[in-house]
This record gives sequence, structure tokens and C-alpha cells, in this order.
Amino acid sequence: MKDALILDNVSHSYGNLQVLHEINLVVEKGEFVVLVGPSGCGKTTILNLLSGHTKPSSGSIKREGEIRTVYQQDGLFPWLTVSENISMGLNAIKDENARASQLKELFELIHLQGFEDHYPHQLSGGMKQRVELARALAGDSDILFMDEPFSALDYQTRIRLRRELIRLLAKRPRTVVFVTHDIEEAVQLADRVLVLGKRPASISKELHIPAAHPRDLTNVKMINATEEILKELGLQTPGDIDDIEFLGEDQSAKIISAKNNA
Amino acid sequence: MLGWLAPVAVLAALLLIWYACCVLHVFPSYALPTPLDVAKGFVEEIKAGRLMNDIISSLWRVVIGFSVSALLGVPAGLWLGQYALARKAFVPMLNFFRFLSPLAWIPFAILWFHIGDKPAIFLIFLAAFFPLVLATMSAVANIPSIYFRVARDYNYKGFALISKVTFPAVLPQIITALRVSYGIAWVVIVAAEMVGCQDGLGYGIWDGRNGLRLDIVVCYMLIIGILGMIMDRLLALLTKLPGVRWGYDR
Repeated sequence: MKDALILDNVSHSYGNLQVLHEINLVVEKGEFVVLVGPSGCGKTTILNLLSGHTKPSSGSIKREGEIRTVYQQDGLFPWLTVSENISMGLNAIKDENARASQLKELFELIHLQGFEDHYPHQLSGGMKQRVELARALAGDSDILFMDEPFSALDYQTRIRLRRELIRLLAKRPRTVVFVTHDIEEAVQLADRVLVLGKRPASISKELHIPAAHPRDLTNVKMINATEEILKELGLQTPGDIDDIEFLGEDQSAKIISAKNNA
Repeated sequence: MLGWLAPVAVLAALLLIWYACCVLHVFPSYALPTPLDVAKGFVEEIKAGRLMNDIISSLWRVVIGFSVSALLGVPAGLWLGQYALARKAFVPMLNFFRFLSPLAWIPFAILWFHIGDKPAIFLIFLAAFFPLVLATMSAVANIPSIYFRVARDYNYKGFALISKVTFPAVLPQIITALRVSYGIAWVVIVAAEMVGCQDGLGYGIWDGRNGLRLDIVVCYMLIIGILGMIMDRLLALLTKLPGVRWGYDR
């Protein structure tokens, strides 16, 4: 089967609050799809629906294969060493020697040799996310979900880890659904970017990015793609800068006026 | 250097105040033994072999009562922590018994278990069990949900989920709870042995009082305090285990 994940006409509400409206999404095997949108627009909800963690209010979901998720932070078990954490991903391999050699290869892949017996709280944020990547890519899983995996890191580490992710995926191909609010990240990583609108969110734009990796941020293709996404999100208007409509501005304006009235 | 000297200085000052109280006859001499009296009483007790016997009896009772409460209380807390309905059902009862001093059970302890080790072990168990269950339970209820999501991705289910995720996730808090409830148990043993036993450190105090040998009472008080501190240091060693350091290094 070629399609790894299918969302068919999926809507979702939390109580009376409708978050997603009639989402249709087909992710092909081996594809790297990035979902971008303002925070609180339901990006993470889509991941939870895809993984089966949340049941949709309406519509149907199909998934084919084993799923691993990388979270923004604190996804590693703090009571296990780095090596034990990564070994979690190798549980299906019964042969001791095969496991050991797999583990060694993964450590080489993320350049963390020598940190086998460290605990997660002894590592920097970037190192921890590399360990999470190694754990998620260990063994034979098929689908990788990434929920803002680099958002808690500093800018330079973020750029470095994007490159690292692309390199790792070249060695261990997976179907990836990546959620982020970082447009730069989206255009650098994705085969296809899906832009989500305001609540209740639906896919407001689909953008294929056929450029080869590694992608330079200052490359014209990247700049054009960034511009298109910014426009779609209403963050780029050709006129006066005061015309820029920030998402959620109406809400903060309400809060300010409520405070002033109090 | 100063850090090492400071507690010694405080202890020395305490001894000095004690000695001053004796010299100035703040209390009648039969009611306040001098440090020297206590030292003599100590030698006497050691020679008679009674002190060692009492120490072993008390430690034995506390270790048994405390271990039983840990072996039952921690699993009970792990179970309760996972089910909101079970928590709702049991928490009022657990809180009630936590605030009910175990000493209130003394009449029953003696009627049910007579004189000897058993009533004291029973009271120690009651003292440590409820705080342990409650602490373990609330620790489990507060485990970040992300750990369970990760556990699901990596196929942890049933007993493996509890032993490899839930338990290690709360182990740092369990160790802290063990230290706290051990402290309670050690306080309770003295009172328990005053009424339900024929030996032990608590009985030693009671016996000293009845014979108006307050020097011996002080001997026993010193031993109780020091043994309590030593046991707490031993339990504190658990916090040095590599798999729980993360819970304290923040």
C-alpha cells in the first residue's frame, strides 16, 4: 500500500469548541509532510488523531505501520541512561548481539559516543533531542510523528538539528508528519507543507517543495516558499506595516480593554 | 573547617547549658542528672548488656513493621494512583487513618496481640502505612502524561508498564516518603514499647522512670535520637542511586 496515513473528512471538537473542520489528508509512504499554523490551531490535535490517541468527532482515519513520536521536550525517561532509552526502540530485536550492534550504530549516527551511560538530565537540550531521534529511528518503525521537536531549542541548535534529521532520514527512511509553528523549519524540511487556518482549522493551503537537500535558507526557492506561507497566514502584506493583522490580536485587544475598564 | 566545627560548637553549647542547669539547681538533682551521671549510667547499662538487647529489640520491631507497611503501602499507592475512582473511594478513609494517631490503637493492639513484639509491630505498621500509600498515590497521579504516551509507542503494557514506567517515575518521591514515614515510625516505637513490651528502648525509658533512674532515661534518649539519625542517613543513601538522581538534581 502506498498511502501510510489517511484522514478522511475529519472534524474534531473539544466540548463545544470546534478545533478541526473537515480535514482531508493523505500522506504517502516515505513522504515528509509538515503542518504549520498559529499556536492553538489544532496541529497537535491532528497528530493525536493520526496516532489514535484521540478519537475524532466525525470522519475516519486509516494508518498503516508502527508509529513513533518525538515530542518538544521531556520525552526521554529520566530514570534510564541514554543507552537504555535508545534501547527501548530496539525491544523487538531479541538477539543480544544484533541489538548491541544496532545500538552502537545509532550512537555513531547521532555522534554521541561516550554518552552511553549518561542520564538525560545531564545532557543539553539539543543532545536530548538527538537521543529522542535515535530512539524513534531505532528498530523497524514506519511512521515518525514530530510535535514541535526543535521548538524548545536555541536558534543555532535548531538549524543544526534540521540538517541532522535530514541526514538521519536518508539513512533510515520513514514517513514523517512534522508539526511546527516555524515557517523556516517547514520550508527547509518538507516535501509538502500544509498550512492550517484559524480555528476551526482546515487545510488552507498546500505547497509542494521539490528542492533537493541540503536546503539553504537564503536559496530563492526557500524564500519564495516562505513568502507564500507568510501570505497565507496573513503575516505578509505588501502595503503599510500597520496593516499587518497579527493572529489573535482581536483577543489581546479585548483583554487590554477589559483590563482598562476594570 | 568552619562547616565541620559549627555543629560541634552547637553541641558543646548544649552540653554546657545542661551542665549549668545542674550546677545552678534549676531542677532538683533527682529530676535532672548531670552529664557525668549519664556517662556512668551508660557504662553500667552496657556492662549489664541490657542496652544492646533493647536496641536490637526496637530495631527489629521497627524494621519488620516498616517493611510490611512499605511492601503493602507502595503497591497500594501505585494501584490507587492510576484510577481516579479508586482514589475518590479510598482517600477520605486513608486521610482519616493518617490523622488518627497510631497510639490511639494501643488498647486494641494489646487486646488483639497481647504483650510482646506483635502489638509494637502493629502500631509501627499503622504509623507508616497510611502516609506511604497517600504519598505514592499522589505521586502516581501526577506523573506527566507524556511518559505514558511514550510507553504506548514502545509497547509497554500491563505489568511491564507498572514496573518499568510508573514505578521508576515515582521512585524519587517514594524514597522521600519512606524517609518521612520512617521518622514517624521511629517516634511511635518509643510510646508503643512503653505499654506493650517488656523490653526495647521505649520500655527502657519507662523502666528508668519507675526506678527514678533519670540518668538511664537520658542514656536511652540519646540512643533513640542517634539511632534515628543513623537510620535516616541509611535511607538517604537510596537517593544516591543513579536511577533516581534525576528526581533530586533540579
